Amino acid sequence: MNSDQDGVNCKLFQKNNTQFMATYNLKINGQRKEVDADGDTPLLWVLREHLNLVGTKFGCGIAQCGACTVQVDGEAVRSCSLPISSIEDKSVVTIEGLSENGDHPVQKAWIEHDVPQCGYCQAGQIMNAAALLDQNPNPSDQEIDSAMNGNICRCGTYVRIKAAIKTAAAYQE
Amino acid sequence: MTLIKTTYDRRSFIKVSTLSSGGMLLGFSWLASCKPDQVVNMPKEWFDINGFLKIADNGLVTIMSPNPEIGQNVKTSMPMIIAEELDVSWDQVTVEQAGFNIKKYTRQLAGGSQSIRQGWESLRMAGATARRMLMEAAAKQWDVPVAEVTTEEGVVKHGDKTIGYGEIAAVAATVTVPEEVELKDPKDFKIIGTPRKNVDGSKIVSGKPLFGLDTQREGMLIAMIEHPPAFGMKLKSLDSSSAKAMPGIHDVITINTSVPEGKEAQWSDTNAFNELVVVVGATTWQVMKAKKALKVSWEEESPPESTSDHIKSMYDLLGKNQKEPARLDGDPKKTFRNAAKVIERIYSAPFLAHNTLEPMNFFADVKEDQAELVGPVQTPEFMSKTASAVLGLPEEKISIMMTRMGGGFGRRLYGHFGIEAAIISQKVKAPVKLVYSREDDMTQGTYRPTYKVTYRAALDKNNNLIGFQVRGAGVHGSPVFANRFPAGAVDNYLAENHTLESNISTGAWRAPRSNFIAGAEQAFLDEVAEAAGKDPIEFRLELFERAINDPVGEDNDYDAKRYAGVLKLVREKSNWSQSTPGVYRGVSAYFCHNSYVAQVVDVVMKNNQPKVQKIWCAIDCGIVVNPEGARNQVEGGMVDGIGHAMYSEMTFKNGRPEQNNFDSYRLIRHREAPVEIETYFVDNGIDPTGLGEPSLPPIMGALANALAKATGERLYEQPFVGQAIELG
Ligand code: FES
Ligand code: FES
Repeated sequence: MNSDQDGVNCKLFQKNNTQFMATYNLKINGQRKEVDADGDTPLLWVLREHLNLVGTKFGCGIAQCGACTVQVDGEAVRSCSLPISSIEDKSVVTIEGLSENGDHPVQKAWIEHDVPQCGYCQAGQIMNAAALLDQNPNPSDQEIDSAMNGNICRCGTYVRIKAAIKTAAAYQE
Repeated sequence: MTLIKTTYDRRSFIKVSTLSSGGMLLGFSWLASCKPDQVVNMPKEWFDINGFLKIADNGLVTIMSPNPEIGQNVKTSMPMIIAEELDVSWDQVTVEQAGFNIKKYTRQLAGGSQSIRQGWESLRMAGATARRMLMEAAAKQWDVPVAEVTTEEGVVKHGDKTIGYGEIAAVAATVTVPEEVELKDPKDFKIIGTPRKNVDGSKIVSGKPLFGLDTQREGMLIAMIEHPPAFGMKLKSLDSSSAKAMPGIHDVITINTSVPEGKEAQWSDTNAFNELVVVVGATTWQVMKAKKALKVSWEEESPPESTSDHIKSMYDLLGKNQKEPARLDGDPKKTFRNAAKVIERIYSAPFLAHNTLEPMNFFADVKEDQAELVGPVQTPEFMSKTASAVLGLPEEKISIMMTRMGGGFGRRLYGHFGIEAAIISQKVKAPVKLVYSREDDMTQGTYRPTYKVTYRAALDKNNNLIGFQVRGAGVHGSPVFANRFPAGAVDNYLAENHTLESNISTGAWRAPRSNFIAGAEQAFLDEVAEAAGKDPIEFRLELFERAINDPVGEDNDYDAKRYAGVLKLVREKSNWSQSTPGVYRGVSAYFCHNSYVAQVVDVVMKNNQPKVQKIWCAIDCGIVVNPEGARNQVEGGMVDGIGHAMYSEMTFKNGRPEQNNFDSYRLIRHREAPVEIETYFVDNGIDPTGLGEPSLPPIMGALANALAKATGERLYEQPFVGQAIELG
């Protein structure tokens, strides 16, 4: 589909006679991955369907709910709205790569506060919270609210999330 | 100590067998005594009870959780009950999700609120039976009377002799199932009533595949549907040539999910559209793109409806008497004629979508002679029947595995998406995962119906409430519960119901009907109290006093003492009588799903906007199995209630949903959430009742009452944000 990724180092080839696909070299959770996909494929679907990293969730597809949040070069981004062609040479971290044993301070705090209900939004909440704490180790309530406002929790665990972020901040000290 | 008769008769066929590795396997059918009609009348999602336990030779206990987890924490709390009576330490227990197996578990659907008590007893019985069999086995081995042996944390004891459950389990599996077992005295509970973390917690925070949408299989194709753009429309013609030519696209087909003539439809077969266009391809993104290339034309099947039509029709209905009122006490007509003061208000609320964060999806692999279905469904038993009818396969050839659900709220009681996946797989002869986009999910819901209600109250010259009238109207049913409070507390009372038919599909949504009527009623009572010049809590307590001492009528479906109890508790905890400048308080109390809830909401003004500073919630839901999970549920219910009362609505224009994703459909977010919540459970030792729903309905009233104090404006129409009020 998308054959004109300017400045992106990729090898083009034709498939199904009509459409262009390309091979992308990605760095996901510290590992090099090669993916054949249309350049406009959102990172979300590449993670979930090409790389079988299903911890990153689909909620809205239009950057409104935060369920798909991952970190790209340390920034929390909505992977549903990030074409694969735009992230080569960048480092992507997903929930699967946040820590080796699920013991990142944010993950530990989440368990400590028993935050999840259905759990579906939580990977996105955690990735966003971890990025927030990297940039601001001691956020105020207002700073937490504004940083986290893009992450919907349909089950309403907001009060616990805020408490868990504060606990994680304390763990990190 | 309580002795109970076990109900493991022929109908519930307990099965005991020895595990190949040693150890013991116990099969139960918990809900054998649950009458099907209770479930059909009141499908409920919060307490799914069914079970299976095995004890390994090393003493580890595995408890199968046969019903799916939708975030209500049953996968943790229900096994806790079994573990308690089995008398093992919680660390020895692992919990596994079981698949649908009608033979093993008899009844695997979400039970009605009536089954909670039975479930409580069955789960305890399951643990107690296994414990008793282990004791008998040990007693026999030691040649001592069973009455002399005791247990403690996974060990059977007699004097200095001890033997671990695992060591004796294989023998225990050969013991005859006892006819009577002893249940613990609640004061001896060691697990029930203690906070335990979610058993799936570490998997959730590390992103393990748990949800239906995470299903991946060799050779699996992705399917997405295209449904009519408006209610009242159906497929006319389809040109799929360009979509089919797109990369990765396998096929474009149409399906019809109607249950074939002569086969019985299940109540869970509620859905928006039966005839659908389906695009099948290699990846979700390719299918999404191909969907955009479809050329479909639709035609009218029934007259399109708009929100303005519903509003007008419901107003018309509110102007009419109901010929046979749902309830009539005394002579309301005369009372209102002679009243010193009459207060009349109309409240309304829009349609709501469920918006589970995980959109509808299902995996199906249908072969010539068998079918495998995997996904998020609350009613696998019904799905199995419908799948059998539409696929033409016997039920024994259909397997269903339930996945953890990214939210339910009632939406996944209606499993049409599983049926769609099955039909698609059968047609394309391949394993298929059906994926709804958010837009697909939101624009073809089983919505919470739109409602309106008129309340009237009559006060005498001493400001006593002498007459009360409620008349409700709603799409596919009225929201009014005729026998709920204040019925029973007022001499002259009238309740009337009206139904508006519609071609828009509706269904159960967290705390059906209560999710609107509680807020309306509690806001109205607040105004009546104000008109009577009384403190809103005092005013309610006076009415409860009346219902306790001299109830009107016999059908009152609440216990006025427990009702008053939560109200008094929240009054005390919130320090109600204290008034703080700049803090505006609202109160409410409601009874639904067998539980009593009272709430106080504190609102403060920040930058000229109200902000929910704090909520106190008192809840009487009997024994609380897992206070940690229970608190989370109660908090979530209140945030959910505040969010929907404030911000959410689904509107229609000529049958077309006007909201289709979270940019147009507003949900509560971090910034608008309450700052602080305190929850108090009434400790009364009564068997547990509903917990997932009851905290939601009344919060809408408490919020409206606090906002009225803060802004000087009473709010009658949800969402409140439509009246220029924001939170936060
Ligand atoms: S799925 Fe990406 S923000 Fe919702
Ligand atoms: S825990 Fe269910 S959406 Fe957040």
